[in-house]
Amino acid sequence: MQRIKSFVLGMLVLFALWVAIAGTDRDELVAGFLIALLISWIFRRNFELLGELRLNPQALLRIPVYLALFLRELVKSSLDVARRVLSPSLPINPGIVKVRTKLQSKLGRIILANSITLTPGTMTVETRGEYLYIHWIDTQCEDVEAATRSIVHCFEQHLEVIFG
Amino acid sequence: MIAFIGSLICLAGSVFLLLGALGLLRMPDVYNRMQAGTKATTLGSLLTLLGIGIAQPAWLLKLLILVIFILLTNPISSNVLVRAAHFKGVKLTEKTVRDNLKDDQEKGGDGD
Repeated sequence: MQRIKSFVLGMLVLFALWVAIAGTDRDELVAGFLIALLISWIFRRNFELLGELRLNPQALLRIPVYLALFLRELVKSSLDVARRVLSPSLPINPGIVKVRTKLQSKLGRIILANSITLTPGTMTVETRGEYLYIHWIDTQCEDVEAATRSIVHCFEQHLEVIFG
Repeated sequence: MIAFIGSLICLAGSVFLLLGALGLLRMPDVYNRMQAGTKATTLGSLLTLLGIGIAQPAWLLKLLILVIFILLTNPISSNVLVRAAHFKGVKLTEKTVRDNLKDDQEKGGDGD
């Protein structure tokens, strides 16, 4: 069941990409469908990650919420970098801290690590199981729990609903 | 008018790209440089693509695909570079307050 779900999801994504690039001509649709089918069959092992996406309405509703949060944080983080780079004293206080995530799914952890990299002052250096090592440009706390609260929590609560 | 708004957004994107480049020059070590590089260039390229999309609405869908690829691949490439730098033993700047990853590596060998 999980395999069929990830296969179909992977195929839909590939097919949507094809349509977006090639247009909705009938021949293009047929060719795109066949190629999406072939590629997602060849790479079926790699696509198994996609099966971790939950498809209930609650999770689907959270995806736009998460995207909005992510875009807001991305803009904030760029402004933050701009401020630090432009100020003459170069206000940085860097350090590598360790945080823990509650997320169990691989895909959820990947998305979390990537989101952390693109948010203000933090960048994922290494992941080991449920621990993430984060380079923090302005280290405020060194304790695992406190750092987890201030870096991971705002994303985790949404990702937990979407991926588990 | 639309072309003008598009150009303004492109300009904003270029400003962020410039700030990213400035960050590469000013930051003291690899890790901080990657921070400046990744974040400012991600938003910079997004805004530039968005600006082009507004000026040329016919391209919007294809530009959106570019945006998705940039959002997915940019953080991964920076993560891989930083991880490699840390394992190779590139020093953190003297301002650094703590390095939990190094502590854990010394404690438990290869970790886990």
